[in-house]
Amino acid sequence: MYETQYHRAASVEEAARLMGEAEDGKFLAGGMTLIPTMKQRLASPSDLIDLRRIEALKGVTVDGRTVRIGAVTTHYDVSTNEELAKICPAIANLASHIGDPQVRNMGTIGGSIANNDPAADYPSALLALDATIITTQRSLPASDFFVGLFETALEPNEIIVAVEFVAPDKAAYKKFPNPASLYAMAGVFVAKSGDNIRVAVTGAGEGGVFRLKDAERALAGNFSPSALDSLAVDPDVLLSDMHASADYRANLVKVMAKRAIAEITNRPM
Amino acid sequence: MAKVELFVNGRAVTGEAEDRTLLVHFLRENLGLTGTHVGCDTSQCGACVVHVDGRAVKSCTMLAAQASGSTITTIEGLSASGELHPLQVAFRENHALQCGFCTPGMIMTSVDMIRRHPNGLDEATVRDQLEGNICRCTGYHNIVKAVLDASDKMGKGAVKAA
Repeated sequence: MYETQYHRAASVEEAARLMGEAEDGKFLAGGMTLIPTMKQRLASPSDLIDLRRIEALKGVTVDGRTVRIGAVTTHYDVSTNEELAKICPAIANLASHIGDPQVRNMGTIGGSIANNDPAADYPSALLALDATIITTQRSLPASDFFVGLFETALEPNEIIVAVEFVAPDKAAYKKFPNPASLYAMAGVFVAKSGDNIRVAVTGAGEGGVFRLKDAERALAGNFSPSALDSLAVDPDVLLSDMHASADYRANLVKVMAKRAIAEITNRPM
Repeated sequence: MAKVELFVNGRAVTGEAEDRTLLVHFLRENLGLTGTHVGCDTSQCGACVVHVDGRAVKSCTMLAAQASGSTITTIEGLSASGELHPLQVAFRENHALQCGFCTPGMIMTSVDMIRRHPNGLDEATVRDQLEGNICRCTGYHNIVKAVLDASDKMGKGAVKAA
């Protein structure tokens, strides 16, 4: 790892000030991606501004059906929050399958979505749940926040404070993890609230997380796994790499979507 | 240089380290606690697992400066009274190691696992929860047996002491 200067911020205001003074700074949350990347010398920030100890960014709050998850809340804390598990078990379940237990003890939701790895789990949940990302400067919908591969709408000095969403009537997340890295080769989050159905795909899109609107339309009239039998997922917009071809991923997306619907409806595929 | 203040295995320690120093290197080189191993150095293998404020963490993926202010338990601190911790006993009785390199990380992960599952564990859960620990001797079978054994024994009122 190249030399760097570590700073611990006590508030988002202090963090933003430290970032303003840094030559080429980066915010550090759980560090589960940033530190390995620095060790490989693929990132060499002059300064690290640690957000992990900022109390205002911690914790899950459930108010009626509205959920707010602070940016530095760990995957473990999301996965074990009892109130959240009652009204939106799908996101708690998603958090319980990110990486391994040690990663879940350190990794945070804010870090995950700020990094926007095309194979990360949380982006699909936030897009399907139509979540709002609250930053130090504004609030914006997930659909505007996720821009592309490892790219978000965040400005250099902008810090994620929390994410908020209204718990759906029903939701499920199914992924096909790469057996070595455990990152999703295809992950599909389905959320249904009344007639509003949203299906978001991670791990497969060449532009990162995306909504599978064909599936949403097919499910609108018939919310069952069989509604997706004739769904054709376009491989032209999917990633092709050493782990899986675009055609294979297209099939995985369809299968994961059907598994998610099967879980929600308790019907066989 | 960063000033690092930790409470390690019941002892307050302070030291100076470069800001980029990883926690595992601080433990091994500054404090001489070489029970915590560096295996892959890429967050995969779990040989470096220690407890930071009570939770299992890969110490090769955390800066010492990040940990400053925290309470750390390493494999050396597991048995306070000079007697082996129930997991150490279970690893010995079940022959849960071959070369032993992964053992400190396996044990620290398993202590955290048993704490989080006070109602007991089954084999599938243990295997799933050991996802972040690699044994290059492929000795998983006896490791899983040892964790289940310790979980059973510690379940009888000993969980809180872990």
